[in-house]
This record gives sequence, C-alpha cells and structure tokens, in this order.
Amino acid sequence: MIFPTVGVNTLTDYKGHSLLPERDAEQRPVLEIQGLGIDFGGLTAVNDFTITLGPTEISGLIGPNGAGKTTVFNLLTKVYQPTRGTFYLDGKDTAGMNTVQVNQAGIARTFQNIRLFDKMTVEENVKIGLHRDIHYSLGGALFHTPFYRKAEKRAHERALELLDIFDMADFAYAQAGSLPYGAQRRLEILRALATDPKVLLLDEPAAGMNPSETSDLMEAITKIRDTFKICILLIEHDMNLVMGICEGIAVLNFGQIIAKGTPQEIQSNPQVIEAYLGRKKEA
Amino acid sequence: MNTLMKMTKSNMNQYKRSALWSYGITIAGFVIVSIMVSAGLISNSLQGQLVPICAYISLAVSLNLVVGISGELSLGHAGFMAIGAFSGVIAATLFQSLPFLWVKLVIAILVGGLFAGVAGVIIGVPVLRLRGDYLAIVTLAFGEIIRNVLNVIYVGLDEKGLQVSTSMDGIHLSEQGSMILNGPMGATGVTKLSTFFAGFLLVMFTLFVVLNLINSKHGRAIMAMRDNRIAAESVGLSATNFKMTAFVTGAILAGMAGALFALNYSTVAPVKFNFNTSIFILVFVVLGGIGNITGSIISAAVLTILPEALRQFSDYRMLTYAIVLIIVMLATNNPQLKALTAAASKQFKAKFSRTRVYKRPQKADEEMGGTK
Amino acid sequence: MTALTYLTGGLSLGSVYAIIALGYTMVYGIAKMLNFAHGDVIMIGGYVVFCTFTYMNLPVWLGLLLGMVVCTVLGIVIEKLAYKPLRGTSSLAVLITAIGVSYFLQNAALLVFGSAPKVFTSMFAKANNIELADGKLILTPETIFTILICVLIMIGLQVFITKTKMGKAMRAVSEDNDAARLMGINVNQAISTTFAIGSALAAVAGVLLCSSYPTLMPTTGAMPGIKAFTAAVFGGIGSIPGAMVGGLILGIIEILSRAYISTELSDAIVFGVLIVVLLVKPTGLLGRKITEKV
Repeated sequence: MIFPTVGVNTLTDYKGHSLLPERDAEQRPVLEIQGLGIDFGGLTAVNDFTITLGPTEISGLIGPNGAGKTTVFNLLTKVYQPTRGTFYLDGKDTAGMNTVQVNQAGIARTFQNIRLFDKMTVEENVKIGLHRDIHYSLGGALFHTPFYRKAEKRAHERALELLDIFDMADFAYAQAGSLPYGAQRRLEILRALATDPKVLLLDEPAAGMNPSETSDLMEAITKIRDTFKICILLIEHDMNLVMGICEGIAVLNFGQIIAKGTPQEIQSNPQVIEAYLGRKKEA
Repeated sequence: MNTLMKMTKSNMNQYKRSALWSYGITIAGFVIVSIMVSAGLISNSLQGQLVPICAYISLAVSLNLVVGISGELSLGHAGFMAIGAFSGVIAATLFQSLPFLWVKLVIAILVGGLFAGVAGVIIGVPVLRLRGDYLAIVTLAFGEIIRNVLNVIYVGLDEKGLQVSTSMDGIHLSEQGSMILNGPMGATGVTKLSTFFAGFLLVMFTLFVVLNLINSKHGRAIMAMRDNRIAAESVGLSATNFKMTAFVTGAILAGMAGALFALNYSTVAPVKFNFNTSIFILVFVVLGGIGNITGSIISAAVLTILPEALRQFSDYRMLTYAIVLIIVMLATNNPQLKALTAAASKQFKAKFSRTRVYKRPQKADEEMGGTK
Repeated sequence: MTALTYLTGGLSLGSVYAIIALGYTMVYGIAKMLNFAHGDVIMIGGYVVFCTFTYMNLPVWLGLLLGMVVCTVLGIVIEKLAYKPLRGTSSLAVLITAIGVSYFLQNAALLVFGSAPKVFTSMFAKANNIELADGKLILTPETIFTILICVLIMIGLQVFITKTKMGKAMRAVSEDNDAARLMGINVNQAISTTFAIGSALAAVAGVLLCSSYPTLMPTTGAMPGIKAFTAAVFGGIGSIPGAMVGGLILGIIEILSRAYISTELSDAIVFGVLIVVLLVKPTGLLGRKITEKV
C-alpha cells in the first residue's frame, strides 16, 4: 500500500480509512497510518496496518492477546522501526524518526507494564515530561540563576495543575514507586500528557483497576480529550471502557486489522465475534 | 492527612536537605580539622593526607555523578585525574613567575579541569554509545591508554618555550631549561602549591556544581535516563546529550581534583593514576552509597584515613582493608544481613530518638487506591 | 627474530589470555558477575606450583595437579563466602566485593611470599628450542606446550558444555536462572562448578604464564587478568568461543605491537583495538545482542 502523495492528506485517502468518516471528514487528520508492518525474523507481527485518526478522536485498538496491539504502539513510538509502511503525524512523514523525535513531533504514550521513574517523586515524574517546556541553559542549572528559579517555579505550578486532573496534587512529593497500582497508571498518563502531545497512546490504562476506578478513568480520559483537544488511541481489554468512550474502534487479530468502525458496528461484526470467541462448529 | 502533609512538606526539599547535609559536613570537617591542626592534635603524616583527602572527596563526588546519578559504571576515573594532574603541573610551571601562590594554583586547577573536560568529550562520544559492562570495560581501556600515553610523554621548558616529545632525546633544552614531565618518572621538581584550604574550596565547588546539577531539569533527565531509558525516550529525552553532560562534568571535576592532588607533591608518576586508583575511588562511591553525595564525602575521608589509621597493624593493614571492604559490602548488601541491620537501627532509633519515626501514610494508599 | 616467530609468540601469549578469559566469560555467563579476583587466582596458582617445584621437588605433572586442586578449592570457597551471599543484589556491590577479594589475595600472598619477585623455573628447562625453516621460526617448548594445552582445553570445555548433563545445566542457568531452577536444576551446584572449572583453568594459566615470563610477584596476576577480561569482552563476554578468539587476537596484537611499534605503548594499542571493536560491534565479536522487551 503506497500512497504517492507524501505529507499531503487528500480527503479521499482519508475518508477511506477513517474510523469515523462522518465525524472528522471535514477536519484534517492528525495521525495517518499507511500500511504499517513489521517482521521479527521472518515472522510477521503486524501487517498492513492502515487507519486514520482525527485530531480530537478517542479510538480503541482491541484484539485478542498476542494480536500485535502493543507492537503497533511500539511502531508508532519507533521503539521498533517498521519493516513496511509509514505514518504521518499532522501531515509530517515520520519515516527515519526515532523515539525521541516522534515524541517531540507529538506522540506520547503509556506502557502496559508501567514504566515510571520509581525512585523520583510524583512531581518530578511530571516535570520530566515537561522538560521541553522548561527553559534554562546548563549554566543556569549549574549556578541556579534567576532564570532557573523562575522556570522551575513555573514548571512546579504546571506540574501541580496536571496532577489536579486526577486529584493527585496532594501526593506530589510521594515517591512514584510507592504509589498504588492504579495511581501509577494515572501518573503515567499525566507524564505523557506533560509532553504536550497531539496523539496520546494509552496501553491498557484500566488494567488492574477496580470497576469504580475504571469508570473514573473513563470520565478522566474524556475530560483530557475535551480540555487538551488531542487524539487518544487506547489499547484495552475492558470492553465497558472501550465501548463506553471510544468513538471508533479497530480490531486486530494475528497482526491484521479485521474490522474498523463504530462500537455498534464492531459489536455486531461476525469476524470480530469469531476472533474473540472462536468459530462456531458447523453441525 | 496530617502525617501525609508532613511527609510531603519534608520531601519537598529532599535535594536541598541532602545538599545542606553535604555542605554542612564539609564545612564542619574543615573547621574541626583546622582547629585540631592549629592545636597540634594531628600527626604530621595525617596532615600530609589532608590535601589528598580533599582531592579524593572531589573525585568521589564527581564519580558519583557518573556512576550514581547517571548510572554508568566508569572504571577510568583516574585517567581524567591524571590528565588534570599533568596539565595542571605544566600550567603551574608555565606561570611560575606570577606573583601569588593561589593565582598559580587556581590557573593550574582550571587548566587541569579544561584538559580533562576535553578528554571527557573525546572519550564520552564513543563510550556513551555502549551500555552496561561494555561501557565499563571501555572506560577501563581509556584509563589505561591515558596512563600508557603519559608514560611516553616528555615535556621540557626553557626560555624559548615548551618542548614536547615522546622520548628524552627529542628534547633539547638550553642551560636554564628544566624538565617538567619525564615519561614514566612523571612530573619531577613540582612546586607544592596546594593547601588544605584550597582543597576545602575545591570540595565546596565540586559539591556546588554536582548538587545544583542534580536539582535541575538536566539532573532529572539524567536520572530518568538511568531509571528507565525507554520511558525517558518516550517523553522525548535524548539519551546521549544528558549522559554526556554528566560524564564531561565528572571529567572536568576529576581533572581539577587531579591538579590539586599533583600540586601537593614534589614528584608525581603516571603509575599513581592506574586502574587501582580508579577502583579506589569507585570503592568510595559504592561504600558511601550509590547516588548518595554525603555518603561519598564521608567514605572518601574515612577510607583515605583508614590505611593510615591501620598503620599499627603494619604488614596486615592492606589485608585488613580488604577484609573490612568485603565485610562491609556483605553487611550492606546481603538481603538477610540488611534486614538484620535495618531492624537493629529501627530499634536503636525507637529507643534513642525523640522524634517520631514516620510510618508510610496508609491513608494515602487508601485514598489513592479507592474512589475519590 | 622473524615475523613468524613473533606470531607464534603472540599465539602462545594469546593462548594464556584465552585460558584466563574462559574463566571470566564462564563466570559472567552463568553468574552475571565480573569476577575481578580471577587474575589473582592465577597468581596463587603460580605460587603453589612454584612451591611444589622449589620446596617439595615434586614432578611437573603432580605440581600442576596440586596447583589446580588448590585453585579449585579456592575458587569454590571465594564463591561461597563472598559472592553467593550477594547473588541477586546490585552488580556493582558484587564487583566491589570481587575487588575486595582481589586485594585480599594479593596482600595475603604479599605476607606469605614477600614482595620480592620469585624466579619461576620453567617446566621445560631441559627441553631445547626447535628451529624451523632455516631459523626463521624458533619455537620454544613453552610456546608449543601452551598452544597445545589451550587447544585441548578448548575442545574439552566445548565437549563438556554441550554433551554432559552438568554442562547442559550450566547453559540452562546462564540462559535463565529462574527457569532453570523451576526445571529442577541445582543452580548453586552449577555456579560452584563454573567457579571450580574457571579456577582450575586459572592455575593452568598461571603455570603457563610463569613459564614464559618467569617472575612471580603478588601482583603478577593483575595485568594479565585485566587483559584477559578485555579479551573476554572483545570476543563477546559470555561466549566460550568468543573468549578463545578474543584471547588469541589480543595476544597476537600485543606481541606484534611490542615488536614493531612500541614496547611502552603496546598496552595502549591493545586497549585501542578493543575500543574500536566494541564501537563497531557493541557486544563483542561473538556476543549476542540483547534486546529489551517493551
């Protein structure tokens, strides 16, 4: 699947792969993934992954275990370089970018197995996400100049603002590793959010949360989308969450997209049901 | 909630608090030792150790920046020390006509830091592409290369200027000229410039730089990289830039300490800066606690004095040093022994400390874990 | 001396490095630790064999056997007392402990044998040099014997690792410690065996080293230890053929640069080559690439 136009999003291309054609058709897509694929030593982990996401869409990526969902995230954050295909972020081709550059271009993520900076405080974790927003030189850092003080104070306030999203400001100075599991997941979201992304990738944000925490999380994700006006793509096994907040869903099985559409469409799609429940034995 | 707020308040200044400890211990140590020296309470041999102790503290703190804060095992710190030492000696000799001792010393230390910093950049570029044990072995290799190369460098000075060669025959000095570096013999006829006070100031400067760096966005980035590289990259931190900052800063500070160290003796040979010295400094860092700056200060001071204090055991002192080292490592790292000492210190604290030991606020957990 | 003679000299020194490097690499592979005291076990082996020659007048083979036994026991004792209690803790703590053990061995030897170098009588004092190709190639008996032993050890070790039950257990532990334990493999025993083999090899290396360079001091093992460690990394630490290849290449580079470039700078050249190799292949010549799972 090769698109001749590089970095230009024609409406027709976009319409074909959007999860929500009617909603975002008039808008410019923020993430346009074209035929993304990767092989691990001859084994195809993800193949021909093509979707397009609008700038303020909440979308879900679901599929059975081992379907390649996290691999898609690793491709989108360039933890792995794709074997085939590419993706455009806000119209910019990301081919040749590395993890750091992709983040600077506007993709932030959380991890399935939480990766916080455990020994640092909650506030510092957020501040690390904010680092590109904190402006002072190495000299400022070494000699704690007035620039340093001003920038650190601003970063501190900003970090507390972000922590307020999940009512975590009271725990700003607790060690990140000492937080309960659910709080660590929330902190990871905030850290990703601190990098000011256009696209936020959440890898199983509700894993290990109880139902009431999950429903809080759903509310918070929607709130984040509404406040920050960003695109959110999430991997999740909790179908209540996925069907509850995702406006578009892509289903992955054996590295291939087997269905795309709205929650209603996905729920009634026979291929999806088969992938999850197995084929009904012919009598 | 009250306990929690207390905890958050006290944690707010964790860097500032540990920084205060570091500065406080250094100043207190300097004042006490100065008083003891003027009261004649310190033996001559120990007085001779004062400048080296300061140099080793600086070296330990700067190595802790690389090993503890940046998380890269460096086995070649003595190499930077050597570069600083010899360039510092050359600078001191070049500027020997300047009026004040301290001016010459400051110039020598700055030159030492500069050259070591340049070496740090040159070495850091390839080294920081590697990881873990491979990085460690390459720093070891660079340390050995530096010492090896210094073994074949001859520098002489006469009224026409500096002469540098790889053999004695390559240097043709006039009558007034003198040799500064003699290959494996090292620097000979060095004018002693270092004083205990200068050493104290260098330690303070080192602490200032390292502690400020830790408590900044650069420091956070360095530590983030250490704790979780993939997560750090995912929030847009580029590994090599920040690691380089720590590595080069460590090299500069080691070079400055090297210059201070060398200008305390009349002769310094390259063999002084071999692999064993690198290890010696690393031992300070590890025993003081990885990433713990105050610990580095204390352990560098104690472990430099220890062989001196063990002098009564004469032949057995290095053997004792080795045994002490092994026992301390086992006691502080073995899980069972660690639990034992932790329990003992808890009891001790409960008995003798008037301040209450803060428990981890359970309320915080409940609140965080439960619904809002 | 001709180039060919230098080359065989390099092969012989490289064989010694290779044998020492095997000890490093096996221990690293299985216990994931850098055993810095390994070089000093070589020195102890040298002293033991020296004593059997000088004070007890034992035959060569018996002296060597005794040296191997002493070193084997020493290796196992060190592992049990100093390293085992730290298993699973930070690798830096283990490294410093290993350095402590190294200091201990050096200073213990200093106390017992003094700092004056002992002259080690070569095992082959009676044998003559062999001249080949009109004197262009001079082979000392030490050279021949060292290379021969190295090849034998290499083959023996490869057979042991691939064919025997214990060898397989050791490989399993080096792959995945916990999984091996769950499969009923005695991990402690496997690690002890590794240390035993490594230390026995160190004794052999000590004797070979002292035969070629007949001075024996408490610090004799330190530099060859570091070089052999370098060789192990050079070949890809954890890989047995890698240690072999790394040791041989390193020995040849060292002897050739000593002969043709500079005696003083030969170590610098050896380490320089190591750096270049690691920059091109960051896990050594035959090392495996480790990827982190996200």
